Amino acid sequence: MKLLRLIPNNTNFDFLRFKKIAFIFSTIIIIGTFISLLINNLNYGIDFKGGILLELRSNTSNTANIDDLRKKVSSLNAGEVSIQNFGKESDFLVRIQKQDGDQKQQIAMIEKVKSLTSKDYTVRRSEFVGPVVGDELKTAGMLAVSLALLSIMVYIWFRFEWQFSIAAIIALTHDVLTTVGLFSILQLEFNLATIAAILTTAGYSINDTVVIFDRVRENLRRYKSKDHYFIYNKSINETLSRTVITSVTTLIALFIIFFFGGAVLSDFALAMIWGVLIGTFSSIFVAVSLLTFFKINKGDKVDDQSNIPEYERNN
Amino acid sequence: MKSLSKIRIILILFSVFLGLLYAAPNFFSSSVQNNSFNFLPGKKINLGLDLKGGSYLLLKANMNVVFAEKLESLTSDIRSTLRKAKIGYKKLSVKEDYVSFEMRTGSSVEQIKSAILKLDKNLIIEINTNNFQIKFSDANKQKITKTTMAQAIEIVRRRIDETGTNEPSIQQQGIDRIIVQLPGLDDPSRIKKLLGKTAKLNFQLVHPTILSEDINKDSKSPPGYVVLEEDKNSDRLYMVNKRIMVSGEMLKDASPTFDRNNSPSVSFQLSPLGGKKFGRVTGKHVGRAFAIVLDGKVVSAPVIQTQIFSSGQITGAFSVQETNDLALVLRSGALPAPMIILEERSVGPGLGSDSISSGKIASIIGLIAVMVFMLITYGIFGVFANIALFCNIIFIIALLSLIQATLTLPGIAGIVLTMGMAVDANVLIFERIKEEFNSGRKFVDAIEAGFQRAISTIIDANLTTLFAALALFSFGSGPIKGFSVTLMIGIATSMFTAIVITKYLVLFYSKKKNINNILF
Repeated sequence: MKLLRLIPNNTNFDFLRFKKIAFIFSTIIIIGTFISLLINNLNYGIDFKGGILLELRSNTSNTANIDDLRKKVSSLNAGEVSIQNFGKESDFLVRIQKQDGDQKQQIAMIEKVKSLTSKDYTVRRSEFVGPVVGDELKTAGMLAVSLALLSIMVYIWFRFEWQFSIAAIIALTHDVLTTVGLFSILQLEFNLATIAAILTTAGYSINDTVVIFDRVRENLRRYKSKDHYFIYNKSINETLSRTVITSVTTLIALFIIFFFGGAVLSDFALAMIWGVLIGTFSSIFVAVSLLTFFKINKGDKVDDQSNIPEYERNN
Repeated sequence: MKSLSKIRIILILFSVFLGLLYAAPNFFSSSVQNNSFNFLPGKKINLGLDLKGGSYLLLKANMNVVFAEKLESLTSDIRSTLRKAKIGYKKLSVKEDYVSFEMRTGSSVEQIKSAILKLDKNLIIEINTNNFQIKFSDANKQKITKTTMAQAIEIVRRRIDETGTNEPSIQQQGIDRIIVQLPGLDDPSRIKKLLGKTAKLNFQLVHPTILSEDINKDSKSPPGYVVLEEDKNSDRLYMVNKRIMVSGEMLKDASPTFDRNNSPSVSFQLSPLGGKKFGRVTGKHVGRAFAIVLDGKVVSAPVIQTQIFSSGQITGAFSVQETNDLALVLRSGALPAPMIILEERSVGPGLGSDSISSGKIASIIGLIAVMVFMLITYGIFGVFANIALFCNIIFIIALLSLIQATLTLPGIAGIVLTMGMAVDANVLIFERIKEEFNSGRKFVDAIEAGFQRAISTIIDANLTTLFAALALFSFGSGPIKGFSVTLMIGIATSMFTAIVITKYLVLFYSKKKNINNILF
């Protein structure tokens, strides 16, 4: 059987030649992120903003009519209301801003929408998040992302050198920021699942970076006579096949969640698909490229073979 | 490793067997399992509310109300203490968050201080010339909050239990919050209504001469009296004596019934002590109206016809459902603090089962797709990786069942994602073997070197991912926590299956077939 080979053996591609272009690209998307955040902000879901959310399914799917639903809900004078199709033709998401007054007003509004639509629609899900909880979740989310970045940075610092840890953390921050940017530009709903997607992206991306860094470390010891530029390129090339294959298997899984996992998970999958792509890009073009700006010691002049198995030392 | 250790192989097979054993219940419907497979040790995975349908409520006890109440009772405690000690005072009253009074000339500051501290040594006393301000300290507040919450959880549980909801879960969260989870209940409006009432019931006398018709919202009340609204009709007001004749704490039982006119009402029974008190007051005030006050509103104000002892009826403009609920909340006791609903999430059974089926489909397709990809990329080695992947899924399901972690929809996404990422360890190993082989090593040596060198990379890479998962877990509420748990379990099991199981399969195969050339 002829096996699939995505990447040929012994590639020798000069990745670092594209360092400048990659930096320009990264800078542009990060600036784009900030501009979009300034103009569009994020489309916070009720998890963070507070408010009411109802998922309705039309009982008679052929007469499902978004305008009719909109008319009905707007008759309640509930303030800012958004209604959109969700997954299926017959399914709708109704989002209603937080009502003035205390919790009783919020609960009353849910009941009002329910009773107004009970004839033609089934309530599949109803959520209410108070503003206090929303703010807390926002803080907790930011804290979790920072905590994850920090602990990863410290771990890399201990396992590698500080230069590696700085390069890795810049690459990671780049991934996190641009994923947030994607949500801002496309105005996808930014909710709890998004935070999960961002953190998983961070986990995936650091995984990728560490694999390449590991090889860089090994090659720094092995090829003492070669310059850093050569070693970095060689390390990327040696791990390229793995980088691509793992990205592909993960992307396969994610696309399947995107298409078959239901409407609730599709935004989550989308965020992660972007995360895998940008994470793979940043591991090579941001993390490794950044290493070139540091002066990294190759260790003692004497050959250090402690990391090389016994049976192949002294070659 | 020169030879395949028999003990290790047995251990691996045994662990896979255990995995299968604990994962198995998840593949049968409950009835099949009970009939034919009830020897299986494990339980099914615990599904989250987003999958099985149900309601989640996050409640907060309004402690400010409790502190205000406690301040009122502190005031009367101070009053009686000072009187008993024969200390002169004036202008004793509650201000914002403290009790304030002025000392009369001739009293000693030290004497007052020690008398008040005898009430509670943690009280804070601030003295400004002859003005005293007494506040609760943080220790006081903590203690009040602690007892209030313990009581509140108990009452919330009693009320929910009485509705017959299946397997409710009621837990305290943080300092002053309660999480209520109600599986299978997708419309919690009745529960919310039940928890929305503190249900403080008091019997208080109505002013004998100032009638409802004579007062409006701005009416001044004579000392010792207060104007209260009627429950169903806020325009109707009553001049009610502040003193509480009998309170709900003296209630022994309450049940819904119908009164003489056949309208729904609630009958109640008082405890012996309450009955004695009730009898004394009603005996003394025949012909006068008394108000039945629930949560600060007058339910009704009947005229006392004759002396009443231990049992009576509460009538009002009730529906049958309302009398059921009122009887229920009276029976279960008053909540020590009003509950505020901070967050509510309800999932109907339709959405839950749709999510499960789309999760199942995504998992199966995901598994097949990843396996096919591994097969066409690595051939027979791909088969080994796939066996490891399959074992990995079994282990994840077994561990989730064993620790009874809650599987949520994002959790299913976590499993599918793990499938994609789990093969990473095998990819690392195989790629390394290929490299070693291509650089001129013998096949068996290449395998050895490939495994050995890939492992440190795998550990570094997976540990860093674990940090992200841990951060998620600590941040986690509900579904997100479920996601991080599956992710963490997936990381752990994938390291075991990818490194150990694959290695044995590869070694076993290459020994048996005496393979000397790389196959991918």
